[in-house]
Amino acid sequence: MKAILDDMPVRGRILAAIVLLALAAAPFVANRYLLSVLTLILYLAYVGQAWNLVMGFCGQLSLGHALYIGLGGYVAALFWLEFGVGPWIGVFAAMAVAMAFGAVIAWLGFRFGIEGVYFSLLTIAFAEFTRIGFDNMAFTGGAGGLFIPYEEKRLGEWWNLRGGQWMYYYIALLLAAGAVTLTAWLARSRLGYQWVAIREDETAARALGIDAFAVKMKAMLISSAMTAVGGVFYAFYYNTLFPSQMFDMGRSIEIIMAPIVGGLGTVFGPVVGAFVLTPMGELLIAATERLGFNAPGTKAVFYGAMLIVIIMLRPAGLWPWLARMLGVWERKP
Amino acid sequence: MASLYVNVVIQGLLTGLIYGLMALGLSVIFGVVRVVNFAHGEFAVVAMYAAFILFSRLGLDPLVTMLPIAAGFFVIGYILQATLIQRFVGRPETQQFILLVGVAIIIVNVLLMQFGPDAQPVNLSYGFDSFLIGPVIVDKSRIYAAVAAVAVATVLFAFFRHTRTGTAIRACADNLTGAGVVGLDVKKLYALTFGIGLACVGAAGALMVTIADAAPSLGPAYTLLAFIIVIIGGLGSMTGALVGGVLIGVSEALAGFILVPAMKSMFSFALLILVLVLRPQGLMGRRT
Repeated sequence: MKAILDDMPVRGRILAAIVLLALAAAPFVANRYLLSVLTLILYLAYVGQAWNLVMGFCGQLSLGHALYIGLGGYVAALFWLEFGVGPWIGVFAAMAVAMAFGAVIAWLGFRFGIEGVYFSLLTIAFAEFTRIGFDNMAFTGGAGGLFIPYEEKRLGEWWNLRGGQWMYYYIALLLAAGAVTLTAWLARSRLGYQWVAIREDETAARALGIDAFAVKMKAMLISSAMTAVGGVFYAFYYNTLFPSQMFDMGRSIEIIMAPIVGGLGTVFGPVVGAFVLTPMGELLIAATERLGFNAPGTKAVFYGAMLIVIIMLRPAGLWPWLARMLGVWERKP
Repeated sequence: MASLYVNVVIQGLLTGLIYGLMALGLSVIFGVVRVVNFAHGEFAVVAMYAAFILFSRLGLDPLVTMLPIAAGFFVIGYILQATLIQRFVGRPETQQFILLVGVAIIIVNVLLMQFGPDAQPVNLSYGFDSFLIGPVIVDKSRIYAAVAAVAVATVLFAFFRHTRTGTAIRACADNLTGAGVVGLDVKKLYALTFGIGLACVGAAGALMVTIADAAPSLGPAYTLLAFIIVIIGGLGSMTGALVGGVLIGVSEALAGFILVPAMKSMFSFALLILVLVLRPQGLMGRRT
């Protein structure tokens, strides 16, 4: 932990402390709407960070991370609805199921040398396969959806993820801060360096004696488990689960937006990306509503354009550039 | 009972030929430019809407408007490659992928804003007519569309085999350095190739509208479908794309008939996973 702090220049430490304090104090000043936007930002920063481990650090482009969101959400919701087991236990089941799927995909992909775009398609295929499966499974409510009922008497049971906006906000903050800390620690660990070595040149990494299969497998397992936790949060925050939303390709793309815009393979990139993208999207909606031109899809068009502009002009993302400007340069792992 | 199965197989085969034409465009682009067009299905849906508008406003048959639509798509593809995608040639695969995901998102949502989420049907005068060949009943529209798809594919094969430009494009695919050394204008050939790839999609989209209703949500589904087909056939192989298209068309039709229709694409995804694991170069592809 100390080593991570030592890596940061003094200005970086001060900035991180200010941001964290401001976020911790936000519910006392922000209104309900602002708090819901902040919750969404922190959730996206969290799941973005989970994906960042597999793509940003280990270089494996998974485009099917919606699979783990969906599995996590459904497993925890079913434990709650069918057996009355709260999400604080259900989350472990959710992680286990997501890791099992992640392990199968990773095993198939890495054992049979399915690389690059082919690996991306493998991950998409599994996510879509599962989506259609859930669409047609009566046990999970099928395409009609699964709903977690709102019960007044349970409000305040924060361990069961039942509560108001404040509770969800602080849990999202905890998740995001935890993910950043974990990533910072991993980036400096032996495993983190092995990931980067594989990302940069797998053949060379193997020649140095790195067990590429095991190292990539670990990235997928950690990432899928983390994403499943995000799915549990999502399910209990929104209380409605539809296969066409949970497992959708669009959800996978939503997950990857923040880290790409912020900076792949950096510790703070996903957070910066989420803090840039989400407010811009919200502002855009507000602006188009003000102009009396309320078309669904405006926000998505903007995200698509953002993706193109960022990948064209700053393929390394905003954070490395921003960090240099602020003089809080992040050590390249 | 057997004739029922024959019917289903033939329906699937005819649909599969149109799928194949769409996938052919993806395969050509990947085989030469080495860029994965992740907005492929979205372009097909744009062509479907173009055919839909020309039909509903001017009453023109999609079999006729297929040609101007393909020509228009060729121009779009040429410009897109020359201005935007060319900058990404040689960059990491993931960056190209993300660029085209961005293009795909924009297309789907502009269509959504313009036409709304509802499916738009093209009701042809002969839409419900069919040929009776022995015990087999085949839709007229499907036959016409499939014949047109085969015709476009044949023209394309002839172009790549027998013209100087076609040969030059194949040279770029086989040996890029060599093509540069003998003085081929690679950038221009890449733009041409992307244009040809999109012309395929344009034609396929116009034909598709005769057998399926246009809707924005079809975009991502068709992209995945095109990928499944070219990977099963072999990414970069032209015959592979057509064979893969027919294979997927027939298997989807059978799966939709024997199982639940909603689960037919599940079968295709399972097939994709199997091919990726067992024969990643596809049925007709070469391993690079």
